[in-house]
Amino acid sequence: MRLVALPQDRQVRRIAVQALAVCVFATAAWYFASNAEENLRNQGIAYGLSFLGSEAGFAIGESWIAYSARSSYARALVVGLLNTLYVSIAAILLTTILGTLIGVARVSRYWLLAKASFVYVELFRNIPILLQVFFWSAMTRRLPPPREAILWGDGFVLSNHGFVHPVPTYDPAYRWIGLATIVGLIAAWLVIRWSRHVRDRTGTAPRVHWVAAVLVVGCPLVTWIGYGAPLTWDVPYLKGFDFVGGTTHSPEFMAILIALVAYTSAFAAEIVRSGIESVDRGQFDAARSLGLKEPTILIRIVLPQALRVIVPPMTTQYLNLLKDSSLGVAIGYPELVNITNTSINQTGQAIELILVMMSVYLFLSILISTITNLFNRANMRKGQGR
Amino acid sequence: MSGLSAASPPATMPHSWASAWSWARTNLFASPAGAIVSIAMFAAIASGLVAAVDWAILNANWAATGAEPCRRAIGACWAVIPEKYRVMLFGFYAYDEHWRPALAIIVFVAAAGITGIPRFWRWQITVPLWISVAITIFLLLRGGVLGLTHQETALWGGLPLTLIIFSAQLALGLPLGVLLALGRRSSLPAISIGCVILIEGVRAVPPIALLFFAAIVSPLFLPPGTDMDKLLRVIVAMVILQACLQAEVVRGGLQAVPDGQTEAASALGLGHWATLWTVILPQALRTVIPGLTNQIIQAFKNSTLVIIVGMFDFLNTTTAAISDPKWIRFFVEAYVFAAVVYFCGCWLISAYGRFLEEYFKLVRN
Repeated sequence: MRLVALPQDRQVRRIAVQALAVCVFATAAWYFASNAEENLRNQGIAYGLSFLGSEAGFAIGESWIAYSARSSYARALVVGLLNTLYVSIAAILLTTILGTLIGVARVSRYWLLAKASFVYVELFRNIPILLQVFFWSAMTRRLPPPREAILWGDGFVLSNHGFVHPVPTYDPAYRWIGLATIVGLIAAWLVIRWSRHVRDRTGTAPRVHWVAAVLVVGCPLVTWIGYGAPLTWDVPYLKGFDFVGGTTHSPEFMAILIALVAYTSAFAAEIVRSGIESVDRGQFDAARSLGLKEPTILIRIVLPQALRVIVPPMTTQYLNLLKDSSLGVAIGYPELVNITNTSINQTGQAIELILVMMSVYLFLSILISTITNLFNRANMRKGQGR
Repeated sequence: MSGLSAASPPATMPHSWASAWSWARTNLFASPAGAIVSIAMFAAIASGLVAAVDWAILNANWAATGAEPCRRAIGACWAVIPEKYRVMLFGFYAYDEHWRPALAIIVFVAAAGITGIPRFWRWQITVPLWISVAITIFLLLRGGVLGLTHQETALWGGLPLTLIIFSAQLALGLPLGVLLALGRRSSLPAISIGCVILIEGVRAVPPIALLFFAAIVSPLFLPPGTDMDKLLRVIVAMVILQACLQAEVVRGGLQAVPDGQTEAASALGLGHWATLWTVILPQALRTVIPGLTNQIIQAFKNSTLVIIVGMFDFLNTTTAAISDPKWIRFFVEAYVFAAVVYFCGCWLISAYGRFLEEYFKLVRN
């Protein structure tokens, strides 16, 4: 007596296996959740996010928004997040520049340059980043005190209190200059679009590069001059035991930034190299035989094709860099993990805080991959002429 | 293209002085700009090398017997290494019992050496070997048997701890990663969605967030009163991390195996698991040996992250060694030594990876 035919038998088995998997998962989740509930009850910890509103009570060394020990935990976490973003964005920009330079040097026909960049890559990617963080942290702590600081030119100061450099003093005109920059960018974009439009209709594009460049540079420049060219520098000077004025980058920030850039650019360089090498030799020759000039070949032929190979793994490196910035906790840079850790020690709300931290990183990861995926898709379409 | 060439010239050193000049002309001084670049690079490298050799060798103090004579050295003072090597290698393990972690390292290296030889690649050899090695090292370090004094895992440190965490990631993380990769490609939605959520979730958060979870939060999820060892919890977290990272590498390999292989295997009458085990996985894993090697190097470097939750691996015992106020100014020497150790470890792994690649190429042809 056969109740189910064979093909259905397979179907039944598939459903049974999945049902079993879901059951095991649900049981485990229920088991852990009930343990957690009992443990928290025993320790007298109320779960929930209400603690985020209460006073944090600890000071943070550097912050982009107003913060004091009387501010709330939520605000402390935002301070940590902003510091994470600040060091990550700065490191991503520097890594992209340094990684590209070293990657191009790797395929240079100049032997010494190629070998030196090879040594750089092998050295820095084979030493754990945490060791590099510790090393640079120890180095910055070993710098001379402000009174014997290392000085470059007028107002560039390096001491064990960090790196200080001059910044322009704020002037009301700067707000309008910012607006003018945006207006200039939009105008330039419109001009380039118009040029493309004409090209699509008539086949020849009006030369608008110079117009666009003049718009981008000219708009803020004219505004600045119109306001009487206000520019005074806030130059740091020694007062007592420390420097005042200018902008200070803390030693912890410098250490984590240098380590992140040195480590990640070694990986970025390899990606850039493989991107350049992926472009077929015939592409150079074909472009040259068409009479294209060398810079045009680089920008119009090699780069778009190389970028298609470069962008996806580079995204992974940017994500790794974002995650590695959490190592700031090891040397006291007040980034998200550091603030989360301090908050856990004070409140005991470990589950909630770790969940908040993990969701922030999850969100940032998805954000970075979405942006680079959009860029990659646009570039793919351009490259394939569709 | 100035400075760029798609087909690089053969960058090998010349064999005679006669050919040296023509080699230099094409590879160093091909154009005026090239000559300037080469000379500038030469000057930079030469001055850097001279400074490094001055510091590390010529002006270095090799045999100082204490911190005082070391302070007078103009260059490096390598005496910090012989002075502190016990702390750096074995951490805070009972001083008189240091022979035990030392023996553990020897056992590990011997077992790793045996496993590396293709002749011994049989499940009947490697699996029992590593299970007995794990038990031996555990009993050796923990003690409490055969008259060995008991040493808590909190005291374990230095190189043995680094090797334990690394080899656990390798021996357990890699097989688990293969399972996760297979699960992710499963045709059963419940299985594949579960694997995707785990893999992508773990990969999106910083490793040290996982370690915090393991060290601080995970006891809350265990039944009240259970006391799971912290080292064990940290190792579980590192293994899961490594499994999720390796799963993505293995998935790439699985995608590279043509569908025809599965079809041919089922035409021969092979079942689902037999096809996976004897046809798909061997091909998939061979194609991604470079990726697996990179990820294993990453696992070796990641073993330093356990510092964040207060464990004393080799890097942390090095830091502990120079936290002694008398020796604190010689941190560069100590970190250079640690960097050399880690660099050699990474280099060994990548050299072995290249050997495996060559080996399988020979086997196939």
